[in-house]
Amino acid sequence: MTLTVILASLAVFSWKILGYLIPQKWITEGIRQFSERVTVVLMSALVAVQTFVSANQVEFDARVPALGVAAILFALKVPYIVVVIAAAAVAGSLRALGF
Amino acid sequence: MKRVLSTSISVGLATGLYGISFGALAAVAGLDLLSIMLLSILMFSGGSQFAFIGVIAAGGAPISAITSSWLLGVRNGFYAMRLNNVLAPRGFLKLVAAQLSIDESNGVSAAQDDFKSQRVGFWATGIAVFVFWNLATLLGALAGDFLGSAETWGLDAAAAAAFLGLVWPKLKDNKTLALAASVVAVVGSLFLPAGVPVLLTVLIALVPRRSK
Repeated sequence: MTLTVILASLAVFSWKILGYLIPQKWITEGIRQFSERVTVVLMSALVAVQTFVSANQVEFDARVPALGVAAILFALKVPYIVVVIAAAAVAGSLRALGF
Repeated sequence: MKRVLSTSISVGLATGLYGISFGALAAVAGLDLLSIMLLSILMFSGGSQFAFIGVIAAGGAPISAITSSWLLGVRNGFYAMRLNNVLAPRGFLKLVAAQLSIDESNGVSAAQDDFKSQRVGFWATGIAVFVFWNLATLLGALAGDFLGSAETWGLDAAAAAAFLGLVWPKLKDNKTLALAASVVAVVGSLFLPAGVPVLLTVLIALVPRRSK
């Protein structure tokens, strides 16, 4: 198992290092803007999947109100860690109540 | 600068919450403590790590576990491309920067306005997440049974909220992009294996922005 883990880690690292080995002169303004957009796109996709998807199905469970509360708190400029804990508290409480 | 550092620490702590569930799930999947810790230290990429233990827990072959984590790690390559432009690290620092190039470090960096804060944001968040993620993995692996499931504590919602907070400053100028990515990822999840729909959204980023 340890060997498998090491091989898999090297495989993941290959992507990470690749981004740093591409010569700077290849990075045009278009590619630079693309990599900025990729950040927004991937992050948004992660949030959406983590909020609405469970095992290949769309599911509206305790995560949805929790993320709604998080969005309101971020809009109100509440500190990051407070918002994250609030989201956990909302989802955890709703589940404890049987939702 | 103080604000950037406090964000970095917060992101590290929030990631730590989720790291506990990683450690616990990995232990349940039957991995020994050394393998669990090596995943968090060497692989150090949440999505890939969860995919790895998911395949192992389902009784998959080692090569499937390796391939899954490799494919899910591709987004770090996109982040690295952006970060190389910001950091331009040399020599050994290039290897360290590469290892720390993940959702959170790139997210905090991209959320900053000036170049210096973007650099500080990357390094501070990368180090904070590395420390808290590994401590949390250890805690989860040792005490997972005692803590119960991640869902009970709302940690799945915490992880989603943590990512929402990272992308939040960018949403104002990129509403259409973010909405399109969310829709594609959710709809894609109905048909495609886990992890693929999120990667698919990279295609959306290929559409050039209309000039204002």
